[in-house]
Amino acid sequence: MSEMTKIVKTTANILFPFTMIFGLYVIAHGHLTPGGGFQGGAIVVSGCALLLVAYGSSWVFDRIKDKRLVTFESMGAIGFIMLAFLGLVFSAVFFGNFLAGSGTLFGTTPATGSTLADFNTGGILPLMNFAVGLKVIAGLFVIVLVMAYASSAKEWG
Amino acid sequence: MTILEFLLLHSPALIVATPLLSAFLLPLVSRIHPKVRDIFALVMLGVTSCFVGLLASDVLSNGPRIYVFGAQDLNVPVVRILFEIDAMGIFMAIITMMLAGIAVIYSWSFLHQQDGLDKYYTLLLLVVTSALGMELTGDLFNFFVFLEISCIASCALIAFWVTEGESLEAALKYIVVSSIAALFVLFAIGVFYGQYDALNIASLASLLQFTFLDKIAFVILLVSLGLKAGLAPMHMWLPDSYGRAPPSVVLIIMTATLASFYGILRVVFTLYGNVLTTSLRFSLPAHVIVGWVLVLLAIVSILIGVIMALVQTDLLRLIGYAAVAEIGYMMLAVGTSIAALGAPYATVALQGGLLHIFNDALDIGLLFLIAGAIYYATKKRSLDEIGGLARSMKFTTIFFIVGMLAVSGMPPLNGFVSKFLIYESVFQLNPLLSIIALLGSILLLAVFVKVLYAAFFGPELPSLTGVKEAPRSMVLAMGFLAACAIVIGLFPNLLIDTLVQPAAGALLDHARYISMVMGGL
Amino acid sequence: MIEYLPFLVVVAMILIGLYAVLFRRNLIKLVFGISIIESGINLFLIILGYRDEGVAPIFTSLPSGTMYPEGMVLPVPQALTLTSIVIGVAVLALMLSLVMHIYRKYGTLDVQKIRRLKE
Repeated sequence: MSEMTKIVKTTANILFPFTMIFGLYVIAHGHLTPGGGFQGGAIVVSGCALLLVAYGSSWVFDRIKDKRLVTFESMGAIGFIMLAFLGLVFSAVFFGNFLAGSGTLFGTTPATGSTLADFNTGGILPLMNFAVGLKVIAGLFVIVLVMAYASSAKEWG
Repeated sequence: MTILEFLLLHSPALIVATPLLSAFLLPLVSRIHPKVRDIFALVMLGVTSCFVGLLASDVLSNGPRIYVFGAQDLNVPVVRILFEIDAMGIFMAIITMMLAGIAVIYSWSFLHQQDGLDKYYTLLLLVVTSALGMELTGDLFNFFVFLEISCIASCALIAFWVTEGESLEAALKYIVVSSIAALFVLFAIGVFYGQYDALNIASLASLLQFTFLDKIAFVILLVSLGLKAGLAPMHMWLPDSYGRAPPSVVLIIMTATLASFYGILRVVFTLYGNVLTTSLRFSLPAHVIVGWVLVLLAIVSILIGVIMALVQTDLLRLIGYAAVAEIGYMMLAVGTSIAALGAPYATVALQGGLLHIFNDALDIGLLFLIAGAIYYATKKRSLDEIGGLARSMKFTTIFFIVGMLAVSGMPPLNGFVSKFLIYESVFQLNPLLSIIALLGSILLLAVFVKVLYAAFFGPELPSLTGVKEAPRSMVLAMGFLAACAIVIGLFPNLLIDTLVQPAAGALLDHARYISMVMGGL
Repeated sequence: MIEYLPFLVVVAMILIGLYAVLFRRNLIKLVFGISIIESGINLFLIILGYRDEGVAPIFTSLPSGTMYPEGMVLPVPQALTLTSIVIGVAVLALMLSLVMHIYRKYGTLDVQKIRRLKE
């Protein structure tokens, strides 16, 4: 995929930070509003795909090594399973929510009835959202990047 | 509590979590050295096998067990995902671990110094995770998720040799067919949820009332899971995929196929167990109609598998068609036991079918590994181009003779035991079926004798000088399977008394499965 | 009859998707067909959870006067649909990669020209 004109590149430069922030907001507030790991990760990747279309796949592929993205993906998945194992250690059942109602990180008990949402609730759910979000960002970005690069003139031949 | 008790209590979760964790650790481990990655995969499979053995020793002596995810206790109505393990599930898990371990040992030499082996081992561990998850779970939607994971990971493994166009075509056919089948399974699960507001197998089994929508869901589940298990006339993807994937991958896809076959057994015997005796059209009970339909599909599978195997020249594709015929034998036994539910020979038929699952995994796996050894040594696939290999590949020839006799059911090998139980019980349902099954076995023997003479005996071809015996780890893998075949053939009661009879009993005892969750309400 | 309209739409989507998979010769149209079938099944799952006069099942922003939990639509089918969408994305990525490899190998996307495994 080749690069586009200066107008497109400037617009992509402006839109890209907003998309990333919105995607990270959706990942972080997964336990309060609709959203979560996969949805926010898909939004971030759509921002990255915007960058890919504007600057050309060869330019992006030369600057981001896909081996590093594979490492991020593995770290996200290992983080998720390690949280499940920590549930096994601290509350004697796999995937147990050991942080809910405990008063530490994300540990406040939410008030009953419909009230203002408190970010500090949820137990290990926001942490799992972060792990899944990292994995989805890295995984989908690798798929989009490799597909775009493999169909560029340099690779196709 | 002691370490052993702790591990035993949490072993259902650890059995599924260990291969999953090691699948994601593998890209990081393989940066150290490729040999470390190979040993890591085998060590993690060994750890999982220890957990499976630990759980098996508990389930076989104490009865079914439940493991709830995310909470300590279980409330009714059941909203949590739970694993329910009885003797049938642990029997299938043992078969899965055996096939996976043999596949890893074989692929050490077979895929030596090829590209992309990190992803190969990751995908292999993911297929093992999904097969174990399918066999241990007690929740229908969880079963669907593991089914989809196995489809996606197996498809990527089938297309491992991406430079050959036929592998890509086989993988595309596999993923199109499998994803449509899995989507229809999801449709049936949606039908269940819409009516009864439950996704747990035991809860659904106690709430099921066999309405018209339930009958539609039953047919959809049987056809879709039968498609994944390779039952004719939905078997079209099987010879393509089995014939074009690397042979160690075929063992892994066989674990996914056998797990889907287990899904059919679980749906028919446990999910619909309470309603199988209701009376349908022509005042026939439901189990007679379902059993006879499955028996007819099985006879079609046997005949298609054997007849198409007679005309093949590609060796791996030929064994793929033989695999279709063997799945037909398994389904023949299961269909007989459903059609004659309650009669004493139904239990014998079910035991024969379950033992045949085990024997089929061993025998067809052994034949695929031998075909892989031939491909590794000569780089040729077609029977027209090879000949006279017995002089240079002595071990492979002996293993092929063992595998050939085992697949066609000759004493004193393991195929004879299971096929004898099948013939004996099917004869009491209808003698004609037993005669057709026997004829199928004889034709299968004829097919493999033809392969033996074409590939191994006969004059040595000038294009094949310099062919050496297969490397050590491949011979070790094949030798282990052949030794198991001989041992089980000589001492079948070791296996039947400890594993197969409890499994058949647990499958027929659906009331106990349901009461473990519903707790006597 | 109007209340059965969503179910008729689901059946129509599945039939259109099956038509595309069975009768179209271009591989990309085959991938489209599977995507349409998957969208139909996801729609079916979401429809199962609908309750008349229900609001979105977000606990902290219920309008005043809504009965809890009878005034909300069911949240469980939404979780099932989300899982199904994620699986659909993975299957779509895999199929498109295979189609790209096939195009690079054979130079055409016509199903009848790339078939080599016949008997």
